[in-house]
Amino acid sequence: MSEVSQATGRGPKHRQVEIGVAIATAVFGAIVMIGSLQVGITWGIEGPRAGFFPFYVGLFIIISSAVNLFQARSEIPIGRLFAEWGQLRSVMSVVIPTAVYVLAIPYLGIYLMSTLLIALFMKWLGRYSWVVTLAVAIGVPLFTYMMFEKWFLVPLPKGPIEDLMGL
Amino acid sequence: MEEIANLFHGFTVVLQPFNMLVMVIGIVLGVLIGVLPGLGGANGIAILLPLTFSMSPTSAIIMLSCIYWGALFGGAITSILFNIPGEPWSVATTFDGHPMAQQGKAGEALTAAFTSSFVGALFAVIVITLVAPLVAKFALQFGPAEKFAVFFLAFCSFIGMGKEPPFKTLVSMMIGFALAAVGLDSVTGQLRLTFGFTELLTGFDFLIAVIGLFGIGEILLTMEEGLSFKGKAAGINPKVVWQTWKELPRYWMTSLRSCIIGCWMGISPAGATPASFMSYGIAKRASKNGKNFGKGEIEGVVAPETAAHAAGTSALLPMLSLGVPGSPTAAVLLGGLLIWGLQPGPLLFVEQKEFVWGLIASMYLGNFFGLIIVLTMVPLFAAILRIPFSIIAPVILVVCAIGAYTVHNSTFDVVLMLVFGVIGYVLKKCDYPLAPMVLAIVLGDKAEEAFRQSLLGSQGSLGVFWSNGLVGSIMALGLLALFWPLISDGLAKLRARPAV
Repeated sequence: MSEVSQATGRGPKHRQVEIGVAIATAVFGAIVMIGSLQVGITWGIEGPRAGFFPFYVGLFIIISSAVNLFQARSEIPIGRLFAEWGQLRSVMSVVIPTAVYVLAIPYLGIYLMSTLLIALFMKWLGRYSWVVTLAVAIGVPLFTYMMFEKWFLVPLPKGPIEDLMGL
Repeated sequence: MEEIANLFHGFTVVLQPFNMLVMVIGIVLGVLIGVLPGLGGANGIAILLPLTFSMSPTSAIIMLSCIYWGALFGGAITSILFNIPGEPWSVATTFDGHPMAQQGKAGEALTAAFTSSFVGALFAVIVITLVAPLVAKFALQFGPAEKFAVFFLAFCSFIGMGKEPPFKTLVSMMIGFALAAVGLDSVTGQLRLTFGFTELLTGFDFLIAVIGLFGIGEILLTMEEGLSFKGKAAGINPKVVWQTWKELPRYWMTSLRSCIIGCWMGISPAGATPASFMSYGIAKRASKNGKNFGKGEIEGVVAPETAAHAAGTSALLPMLSLGVPGSPTAAVLLGGLLIWGLQPGPLLFVEQKEFVWGLIASMYLGNFFGLIIVLTMVPLFAAILRIPFSIIAPVILVVCAIGAYTVHNSTFDVVLMLVFGVIGYVLKKCDYPLAPMVLAIVLGDKAEEAFRQSLLGSQGSLGVFWSNGLVGSIMALGLLALFWPLISDGLAKLRARPAV
């Protein structure tokens, strides 16, 4: 956590992030409008067509985004930080392992990946001994397995390890 | 008095052993969810919803609503002992609850909080018992235009009454509507907004959005704050409980006022969080100990907790009687109804009597058992909070991933959950409210259907929304709610003018 205190006072500006968000929502609104135009926004024999309602939803998004953009430019103090770099590093230390986790689940199964994720967090962020780490990292997926596959009969995604174990 | 008979029938449903069991399980899980960071009422229920698919709808709603009561109770534990609000509506409880704990009066604070929660909930349940059937009976005459007007009113209240900037609320809500529109159009059966991606054929499920926005997003926020738990010891013994109970009746006026504020804010979709703040603020002004508020005044615990619980409970009133949920958690419960094959709305009171009255009866019993469970098990829940975040965080991530997967047995949903999580983190940091987005995803299809059916009836004329007194007055109320900030500003200026 010493990194956090060193980085005090530096980081992305709040105003820039707000402007970025407003642009992103406007782009989203434009995509919605384009998609609506593709299916038709006029009045057909079946009444208002499928794109009618989302088209105006998209329009509202763009108009409100423009207002938010304008307000972000005029109202947010220039010095205000979105977050410090150290804080963002902490956030990314969750996002990146979790991204790897969710992307690998279809190939390696949820149990193996959960064990790895918990072990990584406990060892890397918590600095626990191997015994405690392994106990939790294996115990939680094992409990999940018993609860879902045996008790509630809900199958969860499995990978090669489970195949080897014959589960 | 038909309602009383129905209610008693509801009690016989709830008192079946299996339903009692799921009730207790629900409350314990709920308190746990309320205590743990990153798991709240809405996404806790979203994660557990798939597990109820095999139950009867009545047992399922009893379990899920009890999780909700449990989460409402649980929020108070973390606020008082750790000065960390487990839920947004318990922020106001930290103001006086935590100072009390620091003075060694944790037991009193917790007892006061739990008891007030119970009183608030009880008040709201009585309101639901008496008012909901009437509203439902009235709403049975609603046509598509009136239905749309009710949705319009609900969403306008979000924009006008919310504390976030109105255009941010609007963007958040409209994104929800857009996400709801993706996939099969329910009126024409046409595919839309999928841009050729087969993953989008079924559209965005609100459960995935809830788990991502509230679950993953919350963990990311907690990581950023670099939170460490430093808690006060919790000791509750019967003597402390008894003494506090003897003291509480003195604050009956605060209680009653908070109940009314809570019910009002819960039924209009303002929700539990503003209710707790407003109730705290008014109690502070009205109390003769007002200047001691913030230093550990028991009244400062009573007021927000009563209001939060009253609001949280009464949020179910519009959900049951109109099909319009008053809070994100009520929205998730409403989504549950749809999944179990029930049609939320006024017909529920006619066609699913056992379900509705079973649920209402379980609110009475669930809150009573909840009070007993939290009073006796506080040390246990406090011990769970001492588990370091580096263990809790990955376990919650795993639980969220499993919850997201089990909704449709789709690994794509798990990826989507993380995307929603990151979006939720950024939006929350930028003051975009997330509740309207979730509500719009849940209600989008129904609102759109009502809108298009109304237009079909009127051959495309928007005049249909003003065609009779009923729909016109609901629309007018909606507009009033929408422009309320401007109107109240204007009134204040008018009043200020003569003085100048």
